[in-house]
Amino acid sequence: MSVVAEREPTAAVDAPLLRAVAASKTYRTPDHIGRLVLERVDFTLRDGEIVAILGRSGSGKSTFLRLLAGLQPPSEGKVEYRGEVVHGPVRGVAMVFQSFALFPWLTVLGNVELGLEALGVPAAERRRRAVEAIDLIGLDGFESAYPKELSGGMRQRVGFARALVVNPEVLLLDEPFSQLDVLTAETLRNDLHDLWIEKRIPTKGIVMVSHNIEEAVEMADRILIFSSDPGRISAELPVRLARPREIDTPPFRQVVDQVYTLLTTLPGRDGRRGAKPEPIGLGYRLPEASVQQISGLLERLTDEPYHGRADLPHLADEENLDMDELFPLLELLQLLGFAHVSGGDIELTPMGRAYAEADMEGRKRIFSDAVLKHVPLAVHIRRVLDERPGHRAPAARFLRELEDHLSEEEAQRVLDTVINWGRHAEIFAYDDDEEVLSLEDY
Amino acid sequence: MEQRWGLPLIAWPDRLRPNLWDLVALPMVLGAIFLLAWGGMAMGTRYHIGETLTISLDPWHLPQYALRTVLRMAAALVASLGFSLVYAAVAAKSRAAEKIMIPLLDILQSVPILGFLSITVTGFIALFPGRLLGVECAAIFAIFTSQAWNMTFSLYQSLRTVPIELAEAARMYHLSAWQRFWRLEVPHAIPQLVWNMMMSVSGGWFFVVASEAITVSGQTILLPGIGSYIATAIAERDLGAIGYAVLVMLVVILLYDQLLFRPLLAWAAKFRGDPGGDEDIVRPWFLLVLQRAQLFDLFHSGALALNRAADAGLALLTRRRGVHRELPPGRAWVERLYDFALLALSAAALVWIVAFIRETVPGGEIGRVALLGGITAIRVVVLIALASLIWVPIGVWIGLRPRLADRVQPIVQFLAAFPANLFFPVAVVLILRFRLNAEIWLSPLMILGTQWYILFNVIAGTSALSGELRFAAVNLGVRRTLWWRRVILPAIFPAYITGAVTAAGGAWNASIVSEVVQWGDTTLRATGIGAYIAQYTAEGDAARIALGIGVLCLYVLAFNRLLWRRLYDLAAERLRLD
Repeated sequence: MSVVAEREPTAAVDAPLLRAVAASKTYRTPDHIGRLVLERVDFTLRDGEIVAILGRSGSGKSTFLRLLAGLQPPSEGKVEYRGEVVHGPVRGVAMVFQSFALFPWLTVLGNVELGLEALGVPAAERRRRAVEAIDLIGLDGFESAYPKELSGGMRQRVGFARALVVNPEVLLLDEPFSQLDVLTAETLRNDLHDLWIEKRIPTKGIVMVSHNIEEAVEMADRILIFSSDPGRISAELPVRLARPREIDTPPFRQVVDQVYTLLTTLPGRDGRRGAKPEPIGLGYRLPEASVQQISGLLERLTDEPYHGRADLPHLADEENLDMDELFPLLELLQLLGFAHVSGGDIELTPMGRAYAEADMEGRKRIFSDAVLKHVPLAVHIRRVLDERPGHRAPAARFLRELEDHLSEEEAQRVLDTVINWGRHAEIFAYDDDEEVLSLEDY
Repeated sequence: MEQRWGLPLIAWPDRLRPNLWDLVALPMVLGAIFLLAWGGMAMGTRYHIGETLTISLDPWHLPQYALRTVLRMAAALVASLGFSLVYAAVAAKSRAAEKIMIPLLDILQSVPILGFLSITVTGFIALFPGRLLGVECAAIFAIFTSQAWNMTFSLYQSLRTVPIELAEAARMYHLSAWQRFWRLEVPHAIPQLVWNMMMSVSGGWFFVVASEAITVSGQTILLPGIGSYIATAIAERDLGAIGYAVLVMLVVILLYDQLLFRPLLAWAAKFRGDPGGDEDIVRPWFLLVLQRAQLFDLFHSGALALNRAADAGLALLTRRRGVHRELPPGRAWVERLYDFALLALSAAALVWIVAFIRETVPGGEIGRVALLGGITAIRVVVLIALASLIWVPIGVWIGLRPRLADRVQPIVQFLAAFPANLFFPVAVVLILRFRLNAEIWLSPLMILGTQWYILFNVIAGTSALSGELRFAAVNLGVRRTLWWRRVILPAIFPAYITGAVTAAGGAWNASIVSEVVQWGDTTLRATGIGAYIAQYTAEGDAARIALGIGVLCLYVLAFNRLLWRRLYDLAAERLRLD
């Protein structure tokens, strides 16, 4: 009854739940140059459907979720809820946040009641519905606890209770399980899954941003893959497995493999083996991976049981790497020509093998050669330092160049990454106090 | 209709039924109301400029004076709180306002507090002709200036740093702007704000004492209070009376701490998101009374109802639309124009001030005043260095002993709160007795009250040093000089800088009262900008007061920008691990 009462009366029930039409998002940089984060995304959420969004960092998937939520307006295009254009958060759409976003000074009950209070629901009804939601999500007994007394899993349960108590038609989930440990995440996911299947919640559609491929395959009816720079939907994959889904069955693994293949196809490359990768530009978003990590991964890959070749889902599972950890590593290995990735498999190149088998000095040399061959930014920095009379240049100089291509934050991250590699490869040196890059004098 | 005007039938919820704790609470509340009424009446008594208010040195009058002082302090605190809520909220919400308000706040912060007193008192007296209230307001305003800027900055910073996801959650769950302010932004700011309030009030006692004896056009008005009691004691060379005043001040500060700040701090811990290590602190007894007695629940419910009514009223006023439309981003040229107008305005103000000063003050004197500022600057630097030499080793020694540190910290905090100007007469007596050089021996007075911030922060910094780091140092055999140079000094550097900044700021402020000190009809004078300002304040020379305060401000700003902020950034950068 309350669902109906809260829905806007004008909303057409037969219109799709949520729709994005050519939604783009441009962020304004301080120098008034727009930076495109999302480019013309078309998307429809239908009744009774769970959609998962996967993509690397920087693919704008969280931004897209915020457009759907009405938390940010699209720069171009529009978002509709039940056929009405969204101008701000609408009733009927609730969101669960990655970091829980609970108010520390409110008890569990207070947090869950807050949304109802803002809607002007009378106190008695508020209390009744909040207690119901708390029971539903398995938090009974913790009504008077403060968030800091709870474990991560319990906190996210409060996040779910707070979202469900307003009887939303659409639930938006922003990596809701990513800050929980594996077991806790699984329990909570299963509980949500059960509520959904048994139709114990009035929710009609869920959009979930995730960084966990298995999670997406387990939950979703449809998976959208976002590509980066600018973010757009690069692939769509329907998942037609019967529920409940068993992770270890061959059909499930097959879908997972498919997702890996779609995700590891680098932008601007066709991903076929032996295909010559296109050269990357100066402002390329270098993957955040350290030399230590790729050394470790290469060593593992040359060892038993892989012998230089591995199935990615298997590797991720065995080495306990999640998507956000594994993908930057894969990207760097490919970038440096240490490995090929295709069809959900990784295979070391002779150079990758040579690196793994070399001693510390040898590795340094191979790495240095590869960076100078494949990373234009490192080459550029080296050239500038060579040309300058004192062989010194402030880091800010390169940061400004990067900011033409990337957001301030990303530019800093990319510069830090290349400095890290450059220092390791002894291509140049860096003084953190003065923030100056220089040629090392040996 | 008749029923509507009949006696209201109030449903008395169970949880609001009185209990035993109310036996303690009720007399307290009634007492507080009585005191407020009495103080308010006393403040509003008739008074004409030229009358002399006599202060009796009879110690039996002291509690009454103390009460007046405490009420002044409370009034200033409430005013500061209100001011900072409004000012910080506006500055945090509007970019256009922020561009004026924040730099303005930065400058206000470096204006010596006693400078405000001399500038504003005539205006306040004109505001309430024939009543003492004008003079009271001027004194309260002086205390207000010692607290408000600091608190406003803290609040503004907290408002700007509300976690993004919390703000998003608030919007997602349709909290109105009013609800967002009171349910999210203010609660988020509370821990920092309470801490800042406590620090500000500590500083405030110094100015309460200094601001009760106000000079207007060459005549001194003594507002009944501890500060005036001391001023009278000084004029009559009565060391015994000063002893009594010190004693009463001690009790007053203790009461403020017990009744206000201990409960506030414990209560504020609730608003901190992370489970800190202070979960198991004992709840202060007064907070227990507040939380258990139903009387306060009643107040609480009332306040909540008021807040809700305000929200509903606002919603009616703005005819809350179901949607929040985001404002279109401002055009670049409009912003430029605005910036330009601001610059032009401040330039005009500067020209006007300079013209005002130049009207009466010859150019050569401006140079001389700058030089006086330099002399005071040397004093500040030397004293901070000396205080550091003394307190850093002692602070480290205490900080390394956690149990001792726990016991010492409240005492140090207390010492920082205690108005050091109560001891100035003692210094004068000593200087006269031993025929010491006033230029040198008046200087330590500047730092008498603020040196404790160095000690306090060094102890805190040392205690925060992780046990593992200390063990690692022992394990590596790092000892003596090497340990000081490589381990402890770098580790406490940020904390030390915080303490030194506070101490230096306080010393600049104190220079106005400490470079000229009286005992009966003897006046000891040291050369410096503080003495300059004090002298012309007594004479009521507005242009020279403005000049002195302007120069002092410039010095403080320059020190903050060129020295402290850089050291601060360096400290923050060095100790980062990620």
